[in-house]
Amino acid sequence: MSKIKLTRVAFSGTAVQEKELREKLSSIKLMDGALMPALQAAQTIYGYLPIEVQQIVAEELDVSMEEVFGVATFYSQFTLNPQGKYQISVCLGTACYVKGSGEIIRAFEEQLGIKAGECTPDGKFSLVETRCIGCCGLAPVLTENERVYGKVTVDDVKAIIAEINAKD
Amino acid sequence: MHTIHKINKIKELTQEALANKKYRIVVGLATCGIAAGAMPVYEAFKKIAKGSTDVSVTQTGCLGMCKLEPMIQIYEAGKEKPTTYVKLTAAAAEEIFATHIAGGKICDKYYFDESVFLAPQYRIALRNCGVIDPENIDEYIARDGYQALHKTLTEYSQDDIVNTLLASGLRGRGGGGFPTGLKWKFAKGSAGTKKYVCCNADEGDPGAFMDRSVLEGDPHAVIEAMVIAGYTIGADQGYVYVRAEYPIAVKRLNIAIEQAKFYGLLGKNILNTGIDFDLEIRLGSGAFVCGEETALMTSIEGKRGEPRVRPPFPAVKGLFGKPTILNNVETYANIPQIVLKGAEWFSGMGTAKSKGTKVFALGGKIVNTGLVEIPMGTTLRQVIDGIGEGIPNGKKFKAAQTGGPSGGCIPPEHFDIPIDYDNLISIGSMMGSGGLIVMDEDNCMVDIAKFFLEFTKDESCGKCTPCRIGTTRLLEYLEKITSGKATLKDLDEMEELCYYIKDNALCGLGQTAPNPVLSTLRYFKDEYISHVVDKKCPAHVCKNLLQYKITDKCVGCTLCAKKCPVNAITGTLKTKHTIDTDKCIKCGICADNCKFKAIIKE
Repeated sequence: MSKIKLTRVAFSGTAVQEKELREKLSSIKLMDGALMPALQAAQTIYGYLPIEVQQIVAEELDVSMEEVFGVATFYSQFTLNPQGKYQISVCLGTACYVKGSGEIIRAFEEQLGIKAGECTPDGKFSLVETRCIGCCGLAPVLTENERVYGKVTVDDVKAIIAEINAKD
Repeated sequence: MHTIHKINKIKELTQEALANKKYRIVVGLATCGIAAGAMPVYEAFKKIAKGSTDVSVTQTGCLGMCKLEPMIQIYEAGKEKPTTYVKLTAAAAEEIFATHIAGGKICDKYYFDESVFLAPQYRIALRNCGVIDPENIDEYIARDGYQALHKTLTEYSQDDIVNTLLASGLRGRGGGGFPTGLKWKFAKGSAGTKKYVCCNADEGDPGAFMDRSVLEGDPHAVIEAMVIAGYTIGADQGYVYVRAEYPIAVKRLNIAIEQAKFYGLLGKNILNTGIDFDLEIRLGSGAFVCGEETALMTSIEGKRGEPRVRPPFPAVKGLFGKPTILNNVETYANIPQIVLKGAEWFSGMGTAKSKGTKVFALGGKIVNTGLVEIPMGTTLRQVIDGIGEGIPNGKKFKAAQTGGPSGGCIPPEHFDIPIDYDNLISIGSMMGSGGLIVMDEDNCMVDIAKFFLEFTKDESCGKCTPCRIGTTRLLEYLEKITSGKATLKDLDEMEELCYYIKDNALCGLGQTAPNPVLSTLRYFKDEYISHVVDKKCPAHVCKNLLQYKITDKCVGCTLCAKKCPVNAITGTLKTKHTIDTDKCIKCGICADNCKFKAIIKE
């Protein structure tokens, strides 16, 4: 069902997170059918389910990695990719596409050094291709979290990244 | 732990307190109300009423009239009916307070007479929604809550309950319509000491929100029914499987479970009768197929939510391999009332084979969107033209869609058919969980079929080939048709494929996936023919088959040319413009912006 895309972002889980997860799992594993609640708890702590986290779950629950991975990729709410602090969604709807949003997403890929669907190693930016968001009059359009940018050009990409960087 | 005497005392005191409160303001705070801005309204009323002993402000669930949210009702001591105020803001709260409570007059500006909407309805499953505070167990108890449970545990045998349900004629409200009493009878008869009671709250149909409303408005009714089910089949453990997308429902259900445990209505030795029953919530994680009973159980077991082959049926071998019953939220919400008022009361409503009421989520092209509960046998016309007050903007009715992605489209000629399980199946649709989407002349039926197939194709779990490959191929046919590339032979092949999938898919999702295609083929074949033969979309929806044109009404204001995102429109000031159809991407912005209605679709 869901597309499997393994992240290239290095795992940056902390000892505190791992301790919290293992503590939670020690009570969850007593439940019947503990795997789903375990993965839900893990995703709440880490924000996503990288292989390293799945391994902790497999170990604590004493189930195989194959089983954990199978469940993690079956349900659409589980994600194997970290979501960046700033999620940039570039509209690839028809109106935006003919106005060059394909070029824009390529510019972001170049500037950020990631592919669409991925997150930067520092966890700051994630890049997403999205379907029409209904702002064709402003094409090409992209959103950064809730904020909408309209009539974007390739030349704007640098400035948008700089603007977001300046927020931190 | 409370005994029934304590419960009855709470009932009496709460009833008295509610009835004697001079003004009781209840604010609709279900998900829909909150999204419409009910929270600031609630806060505003709370602030104004702070310190007053005459006025109380409480939250309640969904009142059913989505379009009019945020809304409140004011109950007054000595008055039977509350006054309803709608479309409120925080500022309106002050006005209403000044006029209604300080001034003793109706505040006309926000007043709404809900009688047209409510009169044809009969509320059983929704009886407490929009009435009680769902986070306060005492208010549920005040409205006969947990009386059915006490009666069950002290006066009825397990067989009595099964027989009552059988005699009531209650059928599953989640879609299939299997007799609930029969399901309980099978599970009761299954051997084994460990059994389970499950509740399906994984409401996944696009456009359906009945179960969410019940859980958000009256969670105790579901809990009470599940304990009755546990006693009846001999189970001491229950699971409610709720979508994670319903955070408010989950929160209120959790609160309700804690309160019920605290009062000794759940857990060990319930109401001092020696009966044990415990309840746990399990969250879904976004898989439509988990609404299918065996897939849901597989998911509770912590696995990929794939359906299992039946038989063995869950009543024999269900959750964790033990006998299990699974009912949906609305089914459970009916049960305490049936136990209290008797099978005859319930079977007195409805048609020959469908008893009681059904909740529908009314949506789409209709004036009053909302949640309605009607006796079985009410006609579609009464629902759409009566309660729904018809189609907005003077448009023509085209079809009503029931049953979500498993259902079908009902054309106007069946408008007067009484709604029940069997009638809907006979006209190629099904009851489903209760979504009722109204479509007008602007909807393309082929496009609607395509929309549902995109959904089922994405949600197919992939376990069986007829569904996994079949829905993909069906969608390809529909895409071919809507892009004007199909032939009549494709139509025949597509229909044949539909029957193949129906006959061979493993579970309900696959078996019913072709229904949207089959029902539109049955009633709207001419629309398919238009797409295939004439290469036209009569409703002007399928973009590949339509063209925008500028008519002689054009005065040459140049607005459309400026707005066009692809510069497909040319023309000089004060002369008629033209659209380059090769460049046009059919986004419709020109037509939306034209002040002279000079741009048309063909």
